[in-house]
Amino acid sequence: MNEQLAFTIEVFLNGLMAGVLYALVALGFVLIYKASGIFNYAQGVMALFAAMTLVGIQNGQVPFAHLINAIFGTDVHKFGWHVHSFAAILLTVIVMIALAWMVQQFVFKHLVGQEPIILFMATIGLAYFLEGVADLMWGSELKALNVCASEGNCLPQGMNVWLEGTTYEALGYGFFIDNLDIVASIVAAVLVAGLVIFAQYTKQGRAMRAVADDHQAALSVGVSLNFIWVLVWSLAGFVALVAGIMWGAKSGVQFSLSLIALKALPVLMLGGFTSIPGAIIGGLIIGVGEKLFEFLIGAPFLGGATENWFAYMLALVFLVFRPQGLFGEKIIERV
Amino acid sequence: MLDQTDSYQTADGRTIGPVVMEMKNITLRFGGVEAIKDISFDIREGEIRAIIGPNGAGKSSMLNVISGFYVPQEGEVWYKGSRRPAMKPFQVARQGIARTFQNIALFEGMTVLDNVMTGRLTHMETGLFAQSLWKGKAEAEEIANREVAEKIIDFLEIQAIRKTPVARLPYGLKKRVELARALAAEPTILLLDEPMAGMNVEEKEDMSRFILDVNDEFGTTIALIEHDMGVVMDLSDRVVVMDYGKKIGDGTPDEVRNNQEVIDAYLGVAHD
Amino acid sequence: MFYREAGDFSTTYAQDNQTFPIKFDRYRYYVVLFIAIFVIPFIINDYWANSFLLPFLIYAIAAIGLNILVGYCGQVSLGTGGFMAVGAYACYKFMTGVDIWWGGELLFRLPQFNIFFSVIMGGVMTALVGVLFGLPSLRIKGFYLAVATLAAQFFLVWLFNRVSWFYNYSASGQINAPERDLAGILITGPQTEPWATYLFCLFFTIVCAVIARNMTRGASGRKWMAIRDMDIAAEIIGVNPLRAKLTAFAVSSFFIGISGALFFSVYLGAVEVGEAFGIQKSFLVLFMIIIGGLGSIFGSFAGAAFLVLLPVVLKIVGVDMLGWPTDIVAHFQLVIVGGLIVMFLILEPHGLAQLWRVAKEKLRLWPFPH
Repeated sequence: MNEQLAFTIEVFLNGLMAGVLYALVALGFVLIYKASGIFNYAQGVMALFAAMTLVGIQNGQVPFAHLINAIFGTDVHKFGWHVHSFAAILLTVIVMIALAWMVQQFVFKHLVGQEPIILFMATIGLAYFLEGVADLMWGSELKALNVCASEGNCLPQGMNVWLEGTTYEALGYGFFIDNLDIVASIVAAVLVAGLVIFAQYTKQGRAMRAVADDHQAALSVGVSLNFIWVLVWSLAGFVALVAGIMWGAKSGVQFSLSLIALKALPVLMLGGFTSIPGAIIGGLIIGVGEKLFEFLIGAPFLGGATENWFAYMLALVFLVFRPQGLFGEKIIERV
Repeated sequence: MLDQTDSYQTADGRTIGPVVMEMKNITLRFGGVEAIKDISFDIREGEIRAIIGPNGAGKSSMLNVISGFYVPQEGEVWYKGSRRPAMKPFQVARQGIARTFQNIALFEGMTVLDNVMTGRLTHMETGLFAQSLWKGKAEAEEIANREVAEKIIDFLEIQAIRKTPVARLPYGLKKRVELARALAAEPTILLLDEPMAGMNVEEKEDMSRFILDVNDEFGTTIALIEHDMGVVMDLSDRVVVMDYGKKIGDGTPDEVRNNQEVIDAYLGVAHD
Repeated sequence: MFYREAGDFSTTYAQDNQTFPIKFDRYRYYVVLFIAIFVIPFIINDYWANSFLLPFLIYAIAAIGLNILVGYCGQVSLGTGGFMAVGAYACYKFMTGVDIWWGGELLFRLPQFNIFFSVIMGGVMTALVGVLFGLPSLRIKGFYLAVATLAAQFFLVWLFNRVSWFYNYSASGQINAPERDLAGILITGPQTEPWATYLFCLFFTIVCAVIARNMTRGASGRKWMAIRDMDIAAEIIGVNPLRAKLTAFAVSSFFIGISGALFFSVYLGAVEVGEAFGIQKSFLVLFMIIIGGLGSIFGSFAGAAFLVLLPVVLKIVGVDMLGWPTDIVAHFQLVIVGGLIVMFLILEPHGLAQLWRVAKEKLRLWPFPH
């Protein structure tokens, strides 16, 4: 098989895998936006916060250890125990739900009815706040994250040997694909399916969609807005945790993890803020697009590192020609 | 029958001039829905022209066509004797067509005075550079236009709320400020989209008086949409009646009142 | 009592249009100007110039610029960092002489501009780039636009990182401001006197503030605010939306470019683009105008002062007085800034400027409560 073509296909596949992760983060945005009209810039920091909390609980770190030490002159760091991954995940989920409740209670309850752009700026503030809290709580150094069912039975790392072997035999070229990416894609697919089922077939899901459609109407038939908003923030927190685990396992937990939010933004512009299929397809397009662009044009002709901006430019150009996004309906302006 | 260029005197002694705007066979579609079907009518200089019809008859769409916000798929708009080419709403405004809106569209973040001054924007043309210096051309222009705006403010009796942010005003006053903003442009044709919607009897009387005064003192041509039949019949010189996007009547209030089709549209007709 | 307008009537529209219609305000403004021009230069030292005064003046210009776009025209931009970078690199190129190449050959080289005009050119170039990235604003609205401006942020930073022409092919990839003077007084380079750099920045700050005030109180300001409050209605009453938005982008970017040029040439002296003009800078300036007050020139100053002072104060309190490690203080700063943003948006969306107005109301009536 032609080597250049094989490379391209490999880049394409890797782009798809990256795209799945983008879609996963974008999904968190869509959930909150649909139910409350809030465009949650803090989604990425929530992923960082979730991942840091998970690592912290796993390793038995004392929360706010540095701060306590600084104030009281003590020298505490760890409780000295290790928590099993599954228990730690459960605890982190509880923390994320508590966070969702607090965000609703202390911030967005007071901003109901504000313009979307004000809400957006509030989430930028929230992102700073959360990042600071996460750093104070668990320390800002780079941490390794892994989730293990039992000793030595963890999330797989490294490339998939089986796939490389098989493709090498079949095509004469071994495809290089990360094990973790494969797992992430499967998890993301399951998560998306689960969310769709939740939204379509459960009572809470229906209430969620009702709120998304019309706040007042939902209120008048007895849906508790507050409950629904806490619910969606919790769901978004859960999605953030999953995204945090996948990215954290891949490249460690540190500040840069929160930047995945910036990757998800163009995905949303492309797919539309309200569409779950839009988020998924948008994620895949951006993932593949930026990897292929970098491989075919960026690296050879433009000096590389085009992934930083390609997604935005693509979304920008796309929006100029189709302001309603991929799946949005044509906007008819009225006076 | 009157000719395009004829003028005549009304019973109360006003002069109605030649045709200033003419809609010819306007058809407007949204996707498959025909909001306006092949409608023609004209507006004469100095007259008060009403457009009436049940909800969803396409009245507001008609106004939007006149002000250039919607572009009709078929038909022509003639203005001051020549066919109006396709243009953007702001270009239409600069030709001397101002309007108010059914759901008040004031600039909520600005004061009453600033809102009225936005009505003067079509008359202000100092460049950015001169504005950045302020002293000289920009200030002179500002003051000249401020005088016009203040005249309108006096006329509509809103001096006391001049520096109040619009967001704080009650509904009735907002309607009046919106009228002031439209008048500040010194328009040739003033379009009023339900100027009396949601008002009580006194407020309606006030508003009617202002509309008549505007027409009388400034000689402004007015086209208005209104639901209150009593008001329409008293105010207007001629009435267009629309129903389901079609024109079903056109003439003086008396003619329209006795038009069988109009009566059917408003009172319903027995289908047997 | 202390502060009143009684007996202070405007008899002409010109008087009514003044920036400070109340006499007391006017006098206070003159006093502040007098102190800024004739007192501070004599008592300024390196510490105050570098830790507060210079960054304050420079960020104030950027905040005024962004406020015109966001606060007056309602177009949220997250590309401020990128636009500041354009100002900085344009200033650098004009300082060192722009070289034009064609087909691998040096076509010609512009003479080196003096520092004053280099800074102006920084503003002009940024205005052009701003208009370019403002073009989509006609079709894209709200936070779609906000996200779209991130394209400018990331693309511009990448561009200045990758294209070595912008940093004159230096091995480090940095740009360094060469020593430049104005009438024999050094403005850039390591040997400058604090009073000289301070006055240089002060000049630009005052001019920018006056220009911004003049534009926002007249026809342009009303066009921008009309677009902000209701763009469709604005268009129907005769505002050309594309023109209004593009002028807002141009004016805003001009100021931001000047700010970036000063930030690089006078304040930092050497710049690595990702570090100095990253997305954090965009947020910082945005925060300044949220805290200071959207749609207020005074608010731009207040917000800039607040966010420049905050880390200085935190460092003094946390590190020097309490003896905490610097990283904890830095984390605290994030918490405080984030918390303040949320708090201001909830309690006082019009920022410090509104608090100031309320305080003035109270002072006017003092000692009576109503």
